[in-house]
Amino acid sequence: MKKTYKIDVDCANCANKMEEATKKTPGVRDAVVNFMALKMKVEFEDGADVNAVMQDVIRNCKVVEDDCQIFL
Amino acid sequence: MKTMTKKQKNLLLRIVAAAVLMAVLLLLPLKQIPLLRFALFLIPYLTAGYDILRKAWKGIRNRQVFDENFLMAAATIGAMLLGEYTEGVAVMLFYQIGELFQSYAVGKSRRNISDLMDIRPDYANLETEDGIEQADPDDVETGSIILVQPGERVPIDGVVVEGTSALDTSALTGESIPRDIREGQEILSGSINLSGVLRVRTTKEFEESTASRILDLVENAGSRKARSEQFITKFARWYTPAVCYGALALAVLGPLVSMLVFHAPGGWPLWSDWIYRALTFLVISCPCAIVVSIPLTFFGGIGGAGSKGILIKGSNFMETLANVRTVVFDKTGTLTKGNFAVTKICPVESVESEDPGQAETGDPERTREEAEDRLLKYAALAEIYSSHPISRSLKEAYRKPRMSVRIGKSEERSGRGVITELDGQRVAVGNRKLMEELGVFDGNRTGQALSATDQADWACSRSFAESPAEQGPAVGNRAGQTYPTGDRIGTAPSATETGTIVHVASEGKYLGYIVISDEIKPGSAEAIRALHKAGVTKTIMLTGDTEETAAAVASQLGISEYYARLLPADKVGKVEKLLGEKRTAAGPDAEPGKENKTAAGPDAEPGKENETAAGPDAEPGKENETAAGPDEDSAEGKRKSAARNIQSRKGSLAFVGDGINDAPVLSRADIGVAMGALGSDAAIEAADVVLMDDDPRKIAQAIRLARKCIRIVNENIWFAIGVKLICLLLGALGIANMWLAIFADVGVMVLCVLNAIRALV
Repeated sequence: MKKTYKIDVDCANCANKMEEATKKTPGVRDAVVNFMALKMKVEFEDGADVNAVMQDVIRNCKVVEDDCQIFL
Repeated sequence: MKTMTKKQKNLLLRIVAAAVLMAVLLLLPLKQIPLLRFALFLIPYLTAGYDILRKAWKGIRNRQVFDENFLMAAATIGAMLLGEYTEGVAVMLFYQIGELFQSYAVGKSRRNISDLMDIRPDYANLETEDGIEQADPDDVETGSIILVQPGERVPIDGVVVEGTSALDTSALTGESIPRDIREGQEILSGSINLSGVLRVRTTKEFEESTASRILDLVENAGSRKARSEQFITKFARWYTPAVCYGALALAVLGPLVSMLVFHAPGGWPLWSDWIYRALTFLVISCPCAIVVSIPLTFFGGIGGAGSKGILIKGSNFMETLANVRTVVFDKTGTLTKGNFAVTKICPVESVESEDPGQAETGDPERTREEAEDRLLKYAALAEIYSSHPISRSLKEAYRKPRMSVRIGKSEERSGRGVITELDGQRVAVGNRKLMEELGVFDGNRTGQALSATDQADWACSRSFAESPAEQGPAVGNRAGQTYPTGDRIGTAPSATETGTIVHVASEGKYLGYIVISDEIKPGSAEAIRALHKAGVTKTIMLTGDTEETAAAVASQLGISEYYARLLPADKVGKVEKLLGEKRTAAGPDAEPGKENKTAAGPDAEPGKENETAAGPDAEPGKENETAAGPDEDSAEGKRKSAARNIQSRKGSLAFVGDGINDAPVLSRADIGVAMGALGSDAAIEAADVVLMDDDPRKIAQAIRLARKCIRIVNENIWFAIGVKLICLLLGALGIANMWLAIFADVGVMVLCVLNAIRALV
């Protein structure tokens, strides 16, 4: 399953870091962060609990870039 | 400054305050009181960089050491501790200026793109039982009636049920001339109603409508990352830690090597000098300049292209598009209009029988015109009850009143044509089969007559003009006459007929024929020229038409190669073969034996490509049989040599189609371009580039835009990395100080961003 989220982040490198962090989150098969459109596309593993996974994603992203937001 | 966000304004204020404070402090005589000086310089330092320090601290706690905040914090704190207060504050200040500039530029181009692509409607005037009501387009159901006032944007795709107007479709197609619209016509969301009120029955939901789909495409284009973007991401991941370790090594090894190898005097001055060099390293280590400029360039390029009616579905396709060396066209709908119009009227002399005196005395030009007119009139009136595409083209061409002709019984013969009584005469309009059945082409002269009619069209009007007065049996006359004339037609661009031939006969007497063919688009030749100019080395045309039609179109447009009589499935094979040749030519295991596998053999079915023609048994006058014949061998030979030529090709292959039945080919090619395909979901899904209108010139434009974009990306990559490496070297040697480092860092970023913004234009 794929979902797109709006995000807010200040710099392009931070966006790349968020992408890395999201990809490493369990339950996420793939993720793409589009810095210019401020959007994040997340592809979840089959049967993953989207909301729980996204909470983990947010936590992981906050670790690599404190100043970021993901709008669920 | 109005366009700044609150965050940006806040940062600007801090930068200005810190700068003023620092200027004041530099003027004050504080040299004698070091502690006070430190304390005072701490004020502008913290004003400018407190958030950086905070973020750096959080980064350390989260074990994210190599983050640019940490680097800046380390560099500036180090400078302050070394007593270089001015430099510490300045580095922080300039770093923040850079950040502000970057954030402003990015925000600005985000807004620019959304302005360019400003096609999202805010509301729809929904017609309900209690009158007109402004509704959210999202809530309008398919089949509802909406009103579009002059000046308003069409919110949802639909069909006009009432009203006429002109539509400005420039936001969709880049076409500036307004389009006239009337009842029954389809209108696309995103266009602007210019003059009259339109009542529209919606045919799609908002999310499925053109405007939403275009926006979605453009906004998501950046998600498919280009190779250069991936490279930069990887580079950034590797670069920052490398520079940090380099700085550490410089700080520790530098002094040690100096002391042991060069026997330099040890002590604090030596250490502080090397630490200073290491801190300079840290200042240069921030990769943000390069990292931001690449997606910014692609975003600008894709957005700019979008505003010109060229939708590119991802940054990666920008790269492929810039590298296109071969463009393969599907003929119908891309190079030609696919509309089948009357392109030639060729009456024979015997038409004169109505007014025998005129032919001898009158001006031959005028006589011919009249004869042509008469032929067309007969054909159009005879086909008046038919709804076949061919008869539509005839009626379209003959837009005059019926005059005094009485139209009697009409009989349609499937797969052959029609026979209609006009003024009591049985007028037959149809293909050769019909003529044969009626005995118009009879006896052993038939063969001659046919080859004459089919092969010598350019001669026909000429032969008529040359001997307008000649009377006699139509068929025999033509056959006898066009042969000698046929020899002289070598100067004409084509000696054979290209298109569908409709024969006309009255009471068993042959009157002449009309050629209906697909018109070449006005911009096609220019498009091919522009492509070659843009560096495309090979243009190839694929078509289901006859060899003759293909040859004529190809030579008229200056296309280097063509493959005729291909079924839709053959086209996939053909493109795969072209791709395969390209790859095997590059690799060591080339297989020359594979060349002719998919080449259209003599048993390929002619003329299957054209959607506008109805099924095979409803085509009056398809005279494609002439294709199979003596020229088969030479055509085969040409294909072989063409195949060999292709082996020398490099670069990527683009396929251009109208998206109707070529979705498989579109997805198979390196890059699939669908034109005028806004209505077709399958095409938009399968294509990598969608041209919103059907102007073939847009292809060259798209390639030029992509080239420009890629050039900017490359410039930025090399410039930024180059300057950083030079500064690192100078820093290590102690030539560059921190001032130079920060100027290099921020300056490179500003230049890269400014360069990136060029892509938007």
